[in-house]
Amino acid sequence: MMPSTNTLDRTNYLNATKGFMSWFWTIDHKRLGLMYLWSVIACFILGGFFAMKIRLTLSGDTAWTDQTPAAMDAYNNAFTVHGAVMIFLVIIPSIPAALGNFVVPIMLGVKDVAFPKLNRFSYHLWIIGALLFVWTLFIGNLDTGWTFYPPYSTGHTDPSVITAVLGAFILGFSSIFTGLNFIVTIHKMRPPQMTWFKMPLFLWAIYATAVIQILATPVIGISLLLILVEKTMGIGIFTPELGGDPVFFQHLFWFYSHPAVYIMILPGMGVMSELFATFSRKPIFGYKSIALSSMAIALFSFIVWGHHMFVSGQSELMSVIFSALTFSVAIPSAVKVFNWIATMYKGSIAFTTPMLYGMSIIWLFGIGGLTGLFLATLGTDVHFHDTYFVVAHFHYVMVGSALFGFIGGIYYWWPKMYGRMADNAMTKIGCLMSFVGFNMTFMPQFIGGSKGMPRRYAAYGPSSGFQEYNEQSTLGAMVLMTGLFIALGTLIWALKKGKKAPANPWGGVTLEWQTPSPPPEHNFEIDPPVVGDPYDMTLCEWKSEEEGFLPRNPRADDPCVADVKPS
Amino acid sequence: MIPTALISVLLQHSEGDFWFPSQASKNASSVDELFYFIFYVSLFAFIAICLATAIFAVKYRRGKVGMNPEDSPHHSTAIEIVWSVIPAALMVAMFWYGFKGYVEARSVPADAYEIHVKAKKWDWNYVYPEGVESYGGNPDMNDEGEGLVVPVNTPVSIRLESADVLHSFYVPEFRVKMDVVPGRYTYAWFEAIEEGTYPLYCTEYCGTQHSRMLGKVVVKSQEDFQVWLKAQEVDLATLPPAEAGALLFKKNCASCHTVDGKISVGPHLNGKYGTQEKLADGSSVTVDDNYIRESILDPDVKVVDGFQGVSMTSFANQFSDDEISYLISYIKSIKE
Repeated sequence: MMPSTNTLDRTNYLNATKGFMSWFWTIDHKRLGLMYLWSVIACFILGGFFAMKIRLTLSGDTAWTDQTPAAMDAYNNAFTVHGAVMIFLVIIPSIPAALGNFVVPIMLGVKDVAFPKLNRFSYHLWIIGALLFVWTLFIGNLDTGWTFYPPYSTGHTDPSVITAVLGAFILGFSSIFTGLNFIVTIHKMRPPQMTWFKMPLFLWAIYATAVIQILATPVIGISLLLILVEKTMGIGIFTPELGGDPVFFQHLFWFYSHPAVYIMILPGMGVMSELFATFSRKPIFGYKSIALSSMAIALFSFIVWGHHMFVSGQSELMSVIFSALTFSVAIPSAVKVFNWIATMYKGSIAFTTPMLYGMSIIWLFGIGGLTGLFLATLGTDVHFHDTYFVVAHFHYVMVGSALFGFIGGIYYWWPKMYGRMADNAMTKIGCLMSFVGFNMTFMPQFIGGSKGMPRRYAAYGPSSGFQEYNEQSTLGAMVLMTGLFIALGTLIWALKKGKKAPANPWGGVTLEWQTPSPPPEHNFEIDPPVVGDPYDMTLCEWKSEEEGFLPRNPRADDPCVADVKPS
Repeated sequence: MIPTALISVLLQHSEGDFWFPSQASKNASSVDELFYFIFYVSLFAFIAICLATAIFAVKYRRGKVGMNPEDSPHHSTAIEIVWSVIPAALMVAMFWYGFKGYVEARSVPADAYEIHVKAKKWDWNYVYPEGVESYGGNPDMNDEGEGLVVPVNTPVSIRLESADVLHSFYVPEFRVKMDVVPGRYTYAWFEAIEEGTYPLYCTEYCGTQHSRMLGKVVVKSQEDFQVWLKAQEVDLATLPPAEAGALLFKKNCASCHTVDGKISVGPHLNGKYGTQEKLADGSSVTVDDNYIRESILDPDVKVVDGFQGVSMTSFANQFSDDEISYLISYIKSIKE
């Protein structure tokens, strides 16, 4: 009788030590990953609450007449908090910090990241940054938008900007340390057989992301500090009355925040590559072009920031150059999509929950990416800039692609994290509802936006004709919210009630599937694991529901596979 | 989903204006044409990738193919070059036409009629070369302004300036947008081709009443425009001071201060003259000529209790001494 490859009845990283401090003060990348995961989910619920507040304020027959100055302030606060929380506390840390921390070392076949204590420090910094942010919500009326544009942010609004900016600054350091850790881990700790081009594509994506994190984040840190310096000491940097230049801030801000868009989407693309290979049971199509396109995106992301500023007053020549450069990011992104679809060709496609999220992303990222073309093109962007067209576009990319990628990734690695499956009718209904609700919410916004509906408005006058788009969007948001709550509910349900998961329930051949679910404290029971082609699906074969996929040529010393007791 | 239903909805533009508001400027049609070029290319690409995904998902489903699919190529240089080069070529075309349209939209004709547009929290003021001023006028706002009145078929150049924070000048029907940046002038231009009234929006977030920073553009025939211009020429010095002050008040102050006792962004001003006003620091002040003058020029010094969070824009460089006197006379004149 073989021992089970599920370790819930044995010692694993979840039950090896107990108590609050064993988690809070842990240096185990898996536990840190899970803590990030639940923290991010908590922040997502907070950000989602404000999203619903936005939607409810905007809809209804009395939306326009209800808007007293106090109500408008409350709305401005809601969209600022929604944006800042979702970006700084949810999407940026979602895949790299939560899934990345859990998966990266196991995928590399090592025991932990290169600097485990720095990793713990990153998490603690993240918590401090997050608390400052949440505290800001209670002490003031932050209403600058997540962009903190001066001179509004420095001279015209209340001091809660200070704590918010400080929070974002600290979160930036957390992000830099995490990126640094992954770069060193991937460079120095790969097993000798795992050459760069034998790395799973998720690692390539995390690597490319980490490069952006450590190169771009310091710039936002400095820019935010400059805001603080101007606001608290009156030193003129951005405010014209003090001799500063507000457009200068926009350059600094977008020099980080455009690459940050790729901090959000690249890891999602990495998850996509894993999903499409595993659930097509086929090597990923065009491995090298996916790997290199991640690096190309990371590189190009640094030279396109000016496309956020086509109407800001920057010189026309700059706008033309930035428009041309912006298209250079579109090609590697398109190539990835083609590669994923080509991977399905002549594969064996399983409609599991993670794969449903994967296929949804083809639709959502298709729309998100293609609508970007209208915004990269100068002639059309002048009309679309700062309208709901842009709002819809970036939600399709950041929620429709990055967040769906995150959720897909959670379902994919859930069996590894908790040793239980989360793949049933309910999880699929959650996915479907989120998908439909998402499109219902944001599709109308494209139309409103191209008709000229400006963003960041607390209400739209009856004569504007924009109210119907708000009503449609709000209805969609209800469906989306229900779908997301179902998804969360199924995950919580699966924690205790899900079927026990074998080491390899999906048939992946990257290293994390060669260790029991959940993994032991130090990731592998045998050391070192077998490193093969990360996408040669013939390395494992389907056995049974309980045993999942098993290696075709098991190692004699693998306790996952054969009951070999050392004598 | 239901692609066919969706496409038929998306294609409604052939019968009207599914995507865009009407084309009221010379530049609008070229923006829309470029939009539809990118739109059809994108639509084709989108349908192709979604269809391919759906077909592969059905055709190669595990239930049909089994667990071990036959071997198939996982790399093809030829295909990968094709699907990189074709999109790249299309994008070059998009960039090129976008560039051309942009150059057109940004090159102000030499003979354009120049209007100065002044933005401040939260209204628009328009100053004409003849010295005439106009303001506001959005149908959803209850001001009496006549809006930005411009002549049809005449290139109009807009010089933008801001008194406080960033704003943005946006007229969807003209496809024109430009940020208004404090500390520097920016500009935009358009040539209206349809008489009518079009909404004007602020599209850069500027604080509490950003969503009420609305205006309108009124396009008149060239003759009507001249008539209108003549009618606006009011010499404030010939009016009784309180009436002159009332005119200035409507243009500059009414977006935040009411005269009917309602609290808006700032305190209401009717019946205030001569009374005691409690200040944020606990002290109080008599509302007299000097206090009004100080509050106009240096609003943050004596802030009325309850309005601490509101930052009023200083009018130090906007009103002449005479104009401040007119405003004081007006405020004196409004009783309960």
